[in-house]
Amino acid sequence: MDYSYYPGCSLHSTGKEYGESVEVVSRALGLKLHELDDWSCCGATSAHSTNFELSVALPARNLAIAEKRGLDLMIPCAACYNRFKSAQHSLAQDSDLKNSISKSLDDDYSGSAVIRSPIDIFHQDVGLEALEEKVVKKLKGLKPVSYYGCLWLRPPEICGFDDTENPVMLDEMLTSLGAESRNWSFKTDCCGGSLTISKTELVENMVNRLMRMAREAGANCLVTACPLCMANLDMRAHEDVQLPTFYFTELIALAMGLEGPENWLGLHNIDPLPLIKSLKLL
Amino acid sequence: MGSFLEDVNRQINGVDLQNCYHCQKCSSGCPMAAAMDFKPNEIIRMVQMGQRDLLLRSSAIWLCASCETCVTRCPNAVDIPRMIDILRVMSLNAGVVPHDREVIQFHESFLGTVKRGGRVNEPIMIATYKLKTGTYFKDVGVGLKMFLKGKLSLFSPRTKNRKAIRRIFSSTAKS
Repeated sequence: MDYSYYPGCSLHSTGKEYGESVEVVSRALGLKLHELDDWSCCGATSAHSTNFELSVALPARNLAIAEKRGLDLMIPCAACYNRFKSAQHSLAQDSDLKNSISKSLDDDYSGSAVIRSPIDIFHQDVGLEALEEKVVKKLKGLKPVSYYGCLWLRPPEICGFDDTENPVMLDEMLTSLGAESRNWSFKTDCCGGSLTISKTELVENMVNRLMRMAREAGANCLVTACPLCMANLDMRAHEDVQLPTFYFTELIALAMGLEGPENWLGLHNIDPLPLIKSLKLL
Repeated sequence: MGSFLEDVNRQINGVDLQNCYHCQKCSSGCPMAAAMDFKPNEIIRMVQMGQRDLLLRSSAIWLCASCETCVTRCPNAVDIPRMIDILRVMSLNAGVVPHDREVIQFHESFLGTVKRGGRVNEPIMIATYKLKTGTYFKDVGVGLKMFLKGKLSLFSPRTKNRKAIRRIFSSTAKS
């Protein structure tokens, strides 16, 4: 199975263990990723907060590049995914906007690209059964809560995820890996996003609450699929409530016995290795 | 030029703000409401009542985390995050100096690196932000830790066709 691939800026820097684990796991699951040629930033929160046209044009450039190959486009970052989906939606709704934005692009934009998350691709295209067959080490004793955050899910008519208030795809995948996935009510609460730099105290309060609620649900870790959520969960929680957070792809790699998890987990701020080693998973 | 309300509705280009019947579902589920000077449904009411100056100076419009919970739950599909983005741009165009200037300085620092390199260079973005805000010593510990782990590379790859990026910025620039 072949996909176009847009890593986004974070996956080369603060989220590099996510980028590497997405690529390693995809390869091991038989998915071939073709990185978009000379891609550029989606503009993230900063573009849509200050200039609507810019926030549409930046993803549109990448979408036009993706359209040329015609493959489904995998985007592992929730923020990029949301910006790409929103831009495509705005351009489909407003032909004047489409005309004016098209003029600033090198490639033709039609709106035909199919934008997808790796959560959806692993869950739907690979499937839970195939995933379970590849597991060589069940994640026994790992009790994760799945944290989906905002940007994969909302608004629902644009994002098209499984369920806006109670998504389950990550939970189901973790169960397939042999983890004891815990249910909780904070799957889709906000982590504070990019306010982490300018409004740190507010973000600390939000993240501390998530950590406390994860503990109350009996979890020993959190699982995310977003580099911004990871940055906040991993760096902004106070010491007395901290739990380690994993990218879901790191755990898939661990369960499949792939090379990489030890290095990736060493890049986290809240060290997950004591937990992983105490469960004899590494 | 129409009223403030008409102006905002025209830019939302979807459900008009008059459809809000103030059930306060948005404000109840908003993760930032407790820190805001005006809650989401109050902002809608203020647009309805033409309280432009007060709103453009408010801190609430910059504290919205764009989590989209409000529009997802709104029984009338009022696009509050889009309304807030419109108010932010109006505030910038009006040259208002808000209480929460550091949020805007973050956005400027972020977009500055995108404009120059096509992609975000996080160390340069953070350095620019610190110069703008004077917050030199905040987060130094955690920043150093990430740098030592190789997660803040000064030489992350850039977009080759930077002319294309500059054209996008210039063609969408506000006069």
